[in-house]
Amino acid sequence: MADVRIDSVSLTYHGVDADVRALAGVDLTLADGDAVAVIGPSGCGKSTLLLAMAGLLAPTEGAVFVEGEAIARPRLRTALILQDFGLLPWKTVLDNAELGLRIRHHPPAESHKRALEALTRVGLQEFLGLFPSELSGGMRQRLALARALALDADLLLMDEPLSALDALTREDLQDLLLSLWRDRRHTSVLVTHSIEEAVYLGRHVLVMSPRPGRIAAVVDNPGMGDPGYRETEAFHQACVELRGLLAAEGALHREGGAS
Amino acid sequence: MRGWTRKAVGYVGAAVVMVVLWELASLAMHSPALPTPADGLGEFAKQFPVLLPHFGVSTLRVVSSILLGLVVGAPLGLVLGRSERADVIFGPLVFLNYPVPKVVFLPVLLVLLGIGNASIIALITLIVFFQILVTARDAARSLSSAAVLSVRSLGADRWQVFTNVVVPGSMPEIFTALRISVGTAVAVLFFSETIAGSTGLGYFVFDAWGRVQYGEMFAGILAMALLGVLLYEAIELIEARVCRWARAGR
Repeated sequence: MADVRIDSVSLTYHGVDADVRALAGVDLTLADGDAVAVIGPSGCGKSTLLLAMAGLLAPTEGAVFVEGEAIARPRLRTALILQDFGLLPWKTVLDNAELGLRIRHHPPAESHKRALEALTRVGLQEFLGLFPSELSGGMRQRLALARALALDADLLLMDEPLSALDALTREDLQDLLLSLWRDRRHTSVLVTHSIEEAVYLGRHVLVMSPRPGRIAAVVDNPGMGDPGYRETEAFHQACVELRGLLAAEGALHREGGAS
Repeated sequence: MRGWTRKAVGYVGAAVVMVVLWELASLAMHSPALPTPADGLGEFAKQFPVLLPHFGVSTLRVVSSILLGLVVGAPLGLVLGRSERADVIFGPLVFLNYPVPKVVFLPVLLVLLGIGNASIIALITLIVFFQILVTARDAARSLSSAAVLSVRSLGADRWQVFTNVVVPGSMPEIFTALRISVGTAVAVLFFSETIAGSTGLGYFVFDAWGRVQYGEMFAGILAMALLGVLLYEAIELIEARVCRWARAGR
């Protein structure tokens, strides 16, 4: 039951020249098995929010609760997938997939079995001995997903995981993400720059305001979850609505910059 | 195996070019100190049984020095590169001493450790140690924070971050430092053996020079060159094993 509660979280980075306020009073509740997409202008604190949820950044004020427990350090069944996939170039496909289990001292045989299952699920079972530099961008992303699956993650945090991929590979992986979510019903948080991706993969889409990040709007997107959703009128409606909200945020940004 | 044959062809070609240049140089100079390739290699073959023990002693000295410098310098450098606190305390000490030419301390080492293996190994170790320490520190510093972050998100503690990210990620740079220090190490080996040795190739070469035995001297020089090439190749081989990932996909 990976329900998440973000309770008036503020986060300030202490820089060399000045402090940067990345998040200002973010409140949010995610039900177990929810799929949320987070979208907003660059530098709005999307990634910061994700790192706080992963337990890698401590909020300056407030707290993040997962399953009712305040998160102070990385949690066992939370998986974080970063923009550049977070793979280790010196480990093979299999070793990368096993890494999370090995770090948590699972027996080698069990780690091996679970990693193999996960790699098979994402279609990488033929490439166990290759290094990440020998894989295409899409395959690297699949490997990052396999690592999360091997951990049996019930909370998947993704920071623009598909932004480096070409359009076709991207749709392919969006379909994989959707099918994984439909099969497993993990709680999913996806940070993205793409309006279409947010609408395709987010049952709720959060629009964040420019720095310091706040949640400016939440768009309900009940049609999400069907693989054919991209071709529907409702999908386009949701995209239009979201684009309007983002434009408003962009305008806010310009006013904020002038003052 | 295609890579191997290509490499072998390259080496043979380079050897041929060198022999031709050597021949020309020896003909031009017409000095007993630079024999023709045929005479030089002939002398090397003749001196081989005498050279072999010296070669062994020199190899032992230089290899143990490089290993010592590596085993102490690399971990220390990696820790300095990852821990700001350690770097604040020990960093200035390192950078104050790094540019100091360590060879000038040979007389001090001779007084402290006496003539022989200890002083020679200490001197080479000192030089290799600093080269590897500084490189390892810079390598650990410039590691991608994404790799560290992703491993930490999997629940890794500091030690696991060190063994899974810092050590393997810095290996290519450490090997580069090793290859560079082989050249320095053999040079310092020669220098220290001429002064502090009664065995070893450096001693052999200098002794032959003193007795005006230019054939022997040249055979010793060839042996020293061979030692350098072999060490370099050994490090290449180990690197190809350890850093297979860095060459994959290129």
